[in-house]
Amino acid sequence: MVGYLVSLAIFTATYALFSLGLNLQWGYTGLINFGHIAFMTVGAYTTVLLSLNGVPLVLAVLAGAILAGILGLLIGISTLRLREDYLAIVTIGVSEVVRLIALNEEELTQGTRGVYGFPLPLASLNPNLPLRLGMIVILTMICGVGVWQIWRWLGHVPQGADRSVPLRRAALGRQRLALGGYLLCLGGSVTALWWGFAMNTGFLGLAGASAIAALGCVYSRFSHPLKTASHQSWLTHSTIIAVNLVLGLVLMVYWAGVMGLYDYTYKAGLMWLLVVILGFTFWQLQRWVHSPWGRVLKSIREDEEVAKALGKNVFRYKLQSLMLGGAIAGIAGAFYAWQLTFINPDGFIPLITFQAWIIVVLGGAGNNVGTLLGAMIFWVYDAATRFLLPSLVTLDDARLGAFRIMVIGLLLIVLMMWRPQGILGNKDELTLGR
Amino acid sequence: MSNPDSAVSSVDSTLAPALLSAHGLHKAFGGIHAVENVEIQVPQGRIVGLIGPNGAGKTTLFNLLCHFLPADQGRIVFDGQSIESLSAHTIARQGMIRTFQVARVLSKLTVLDNMLLAAPHQTGEKLGNVWLRSRQIRREERQLRDKAQTILECVGLSHMTHTCAGALSGGQRKLLEMARALMADPKLILLDEPAAGVNPTLINQICDHIIQWNRQGITFLIIEHNMDVIMSLCDRVWVLAEGRNLAVGTPTEIQSNPQVLEAYLGH
Ligand SMILES: Nc1ncnc2c1ncn2[C@@H]1O[C@H](COP(=O)(O)OP(=O)(O)OP(=O)(O)O)[C@@H](O)[C@H]1O
Ligand SMILES: [Mg+2]
Repeated sequence: MVGYLVSLAIFTATYALFSLGLNLQWGYTGLINFGHIAFMTVGAYTTVLLSLNGVPLVLAVLAGAILAGILGLLIGISTLRLREDYLAIVTIGVSEVVRLIALNEEELTQGTRGVYGFPLPLASLNPNLPLRLGMIVILTMICGVGVWQIWRWLGHVPQGADRSVPLRRAALGRQRLALGGYLLCLGGSVTALWWGFAMNTGFLGLAGASAIAALGCVYSRFSHPLKTASHQSWLTHSTIIAVNLVLGLVLMVYWAGVMGLYDYTYKAGLMWLLVVILGFTFWQLQRWVHSPWGRVLKSIREDEEVAKALGKNVFRYKLQSLMLGGAIAGIAGAFYAWQLTFINPDGFIPLITFQAWIIVVLGGAGNNVGTLLGAMIFWVYDAATRFLLPSLVTLDDARLGAFRIMVIGLLLIVLMMWRPQGILGNKDELTLGR
Repeated sequence: MSNPDSAVSSVDSTLAPALLSAHGLHKAFGGIHAVENVEIQVPQGRIVGLIGPNGAGKTTLFNLLCHFLPADQGRIVFDGQSIESLSAHTIARQGMIRTFQVARVLSKLTVLDNMLLAAPHQTGEKLGNVWLRSRQIRREERQLRDKAQTILECVGLSHMTHTCAGALSGGQRKLLEMARALMADPKLILLDEPAAGVNPTLINQICDHIIQWNRQGITFLIIEHNMDVIMSLCDRVWVLAEGRNLAVGTPTEIQSNPQVLEAYLGH
């Protein structure tokens, strides 16, 4: 179970990193990039091949990121001056070209046979107790900051809502929300306890249960200032429940990570490294998009003529966004290779680009927290349907796969109808949190 | 006034030195000659009007001046420098800011962000500085906020600072666009029909602001169909018709000019 959760966390975090790159390009700058996987391919192959030839891993990853960025530069220079739809067409073409090169340049990439046996980060590490504890502390800190981010976002929700709501209705909403909070914390605690005992780690279950209970209390507290119109309250309500579930999930994965790090395994080490990198990238991205630089990106997304009329070099900003997003995807590519420990071109199909799109749209374009949430939901959905669906519907594997994708499509359609800005996307795009 | 070109040059040379001057501008869209051999002079520190019937080529001329469209031919000198080969954003940086006929605001950004965006030469607009100079950026942002707030108060939008610009009404958008242009510390503002679709009280308000800003040293070139606005604001008026210079003079001269009357009423 720990191993599975760790793997799931690695997948989620890799996709989150990958999608953060796309979110910078599309969510913030409005660049339609349908070939995001190309950056990942370049990053993965560069890292793996360089490290196979003795280049230190850190340098190999950096080289991968830089090459991915250069790919962004090339695509940008050739298309960004044209109308925006050209970028969409060119990127999707480039991603296929990159994959076909990887497939056919057998000298370099060994084609379909793939590359394996490449050096992995932290694999030969045999950390002593203080080091492991140190890693656990860092992981705890990052998770803490992550949870705090979500918490802070929730704190901002009522500000966007209608303030003319009568106090009584707001109070009623509060009671309902508080009730929901208690129910949730009760359910969560029981689940955590059950899970802990089922795995013969009663201590863990207990800790999880108390943590969820604490969360529940906190939830009931923050439901206090919520003032939303009644027709919105169910939306707020469900959003908060979803966030609460996500918090529970983070907690579960966090414990798995702690367990994995304590009895050190390669996967746990990789997860730790990935979480550190993801946390750092996220932090930097947040700084960027909340800076005047990010404001220019958003203005380009809204109306680049205005940006131009106000003296902003639109082309340069678009290029920067494309390159940075590409470099982030390149780093994600390195982690993608490291977790699979084997790569071949079949792992870099356009589908992955569109999974990143689903994640970004789901979470809310132009919102980095939303992208993290989107990645989580995507992988929880993936994991849940993989296990649950076979027992609910009787279909063979191929059809089941198609069915799962169909359901995603359906969910997206419903989401777009009810909440076109995505789960965390802000319709008003207020200058929050600054 | 039979030969507007020569009349123009001789009249204008007696005025303040030209901040913006353009000669022999041509622009054709396929077979349509939207702008043909057009000249315009905007003296430093004045408010100049640009009028003409619908489709006369006024907006196209604006686009040529700011290089939003490349001119087929012609020379443009702004602030002593030839600018026809510069890109639109460079021209804006040199201090020529335009507004649009249909107001364009960044609808998902707040009014304040719309304003802040316009500020020129911000440290935080360079990615490297976001890393290295966060304190300076924060200080700058604070100053810019104050400045934006002052300008917004001036145009009566200060109560909407934190609403997103998409929620503004048409007239408010016009105001925001003007305030935004002002935020860019320009030498010259090109206004494309600032009074269109704006209620009369607000029009008066806008005119007052324009005069006030002009006193602070900003030069204006204004396209406008509302003759009252032109009369109350402008020192000089240029008239375009069918893509050509038709006349130039003081507003009173223009109003009694038979050619102009014919162009407006004649067809
Ligand atoms: N992008 C374009 N493509 C083709 N023709 C254009 C384009 N822009 C303008 N025109 C043509 O150029 C001529 C001048 O248009 P312009 O927009 O400059 O008029 P205007 O003087 O601003 O009129 P109005 O007072 O109605 O705003 C019109 O005949 C118009 O059809
Ligand atoms: Mg026009």
